[in-house]
Amino acid sequence: MTRPHTSGPSAVLVVGVGNLARGDDAAGLLVARRIRLREPRIEVVEVPNATDCLDALRRGERVIVVDAMRTGAPAGTVRRFDLQDEPLPASFSPGSTHALGLATAVELARALGTLPRRVVVYGIEGARFELGAAPSPEVLAAVDRVAEAVVAEWKSAAESEKAETCTS
Amino acid sequence: MKDPKTRTIKVDALARVEGEGAMLVRVRNGTVSEVQLNIYEPPRFFEAFLRGRSFREAPDITSRICGICPIAYQMSACRAMEDALGVTVDGQLRALRRLIYCGEWIESHALHIYMLHAPDFLGYAGVVEMARDHREIVERALQLKKIGNDIIDVVGGRAVHPINLRIGGFYRVPSRAELRSLADRLEWARDAAHETVRWTAGFDFPDFESDYEFVAMRHPDEYPITDGRIVSDKGLDIAVRDFNTEFEELQVPHSTALHARVRGRGSYFCGPLARYNLNFDRLSPLARQAARDAGLGPTCRNPFQSIVVRSVELLYACEEALRLIYQYEVPDQPAVALEPRAAVGHGCTEAPRGILYHRYEVDADGTIVSAQIVPPTAQNQATVEDDLRRFVAARLDLPTEELTWRCEQAIRNYDPCISCATHFLDLRIEREDGP
Repeated sequence: MTRPHTSGPSAVLVVGVGNLARGDDAAGLLVARRIRLREPRIEVVEVPNATDCLDALRRGERVIVVDAMRTGAPAGTVRRFDLQDEPLPASFSPGSTHALGLATAVELARALGTLPRRVVVYGIEGARFELGAAPSPEVLAAVDRVAEAVVAEWKSAAESEKAETCTS
Repeated sequence: MKDPKTRTIKVDALARVEGEGAMLVRVRNGTVSEVQLNIYEPPRFFEAFLRGRSFREAPDITSRICGICPIAYQMSACRAMEDALGVTVDGQLRALRRLIYCGEWIESHALHIYMLHAPDFLGYAGVVEMARDHREIVERALQLKKIGNDIIDVVGGRAVHPINLRIGGFYRVPSRAELRSLADRLEWARDAAHETVRWTAGFDFPDFESDYEFVAMRHPDEYPITDGRIVSDKGLDIAVRDFNTEFEELQVPHSTALHARVRGRGSYFCGPLARYNLNFDRLSPLARQAARDAGLGPTCRNPFQSIVVRSVELLYACEEALRLIYQYEVPDQPAVALEPRAAVGHGCTEAPRGILYHRYEVDADGTIVSAQIVPPTAQNQATVEDDLRRFVAARLDLPTEELTWRCEQAIRNYDPCISCATHFLDLRIEREDGP
């Protein structure tokens, strides 16, 4: 995981989690790639599973994680969790093929005292997770919406950082 | 406990295995009547995907089978294709392959020892609960795992599904300085792995042994990783190309992953315990000494102690990675030249969980005609079932909850990579009598 030099808010890191070979499980990675194209100044990493997310969680003051979820909602449903206000539901990704689910990784970081000050998680409801499946159209549409929302969050973080620098 | 005649115990999802599947244990009239490792993911279509593709694509396609052990898939595919093409990869290219494979052993073993298996021995529901009481230990695990990933990153181009391996060698070989950059942390990792052996040696192990047939690779002068013959402690000693002559794969109705057995004998056991038992004399002096200090003899037949053996291998892999880094000289060419030809090739390497066999038939222009992949977890399935049958039968007096817990622990002795063999594991014990 090489880390590109960025010129935006230094402490914001966007983490896309997923597996391109498993249908809608690709959602987090697709968002990461979309963001890179739209706003190259954002620091973005792609991780294949939640275990590797732990590393990323150590690296920013503010982290935005994007992953597929399976909660029974219609495909393409987007949910935003601010972990300052609420824990990630344990059922966040019950169909996860990863060694640790994202909820476990977040709670592990909390137990180790390494959870960043702000963590926001975007979940995109997936419908198919079979090997070799293409992502569903609903999920692809949601990928665009989430990429836009993350870029907007990054911009407002940049604004507030600038404001802090000016007043101090 | 309300009706002593009929009881069904169900665990909806067996946690802490790589992937998921189902396990059913049925107890009737005081005996275990049925044990099924029940794998209900549809059969994996990789063998079919590969037909019609270029021989050069096999390593990258098959590495997608598993995010935990992609190097194993890439290496078994490379070895099989090189066998078909009559190509030998040796010298520093072979050393680099052994190094990246050590990286995979380190990350995979660290993950399983600490995050997936140790909570069973210490009475925690999982690693999160363990981390609240043992923060330093879990930090040690994460650092160990990370150094394994970093080896894969430096040699393989990225930490998961690395892109730098190819049939014949590599696309680009690292400089000495790139490898040396790993050395300080690996020195730390070697000591941390030694500490891991001491730590796991202190766990309580149920008294449980069996007359397994252990199957592993054996090499004339190395602890086996990328090549060797396939041997067992019951007299098997064959070249990799004779795999299908000596082993057979069987379909069982309750699982979509194939079972495997030694023809004419039955189930067998592959993985760290088998490697250790068949290659104790090939370990480094430090690893052998650590094993002795941990109370292990040159042979260990208790699968619950596999966590200690896995720790010994973790120590060995750190030492071996350091040795390979210090002796490294940049090879003249990143890969040997290849000419396709019509042939059949066989490759077998020691994945973290045991032997991984690939066989390919390619035609004259290098198109894959047929492919066969036999992952270690599939090979161990029947042995896991045998263990559960005997384990439960000897412990019918245990309360169901504890028995269920113990069964999960027994399954995790094998570090089943169910993403490789299968998917989705949940455990159910049905009892029609007993406590």
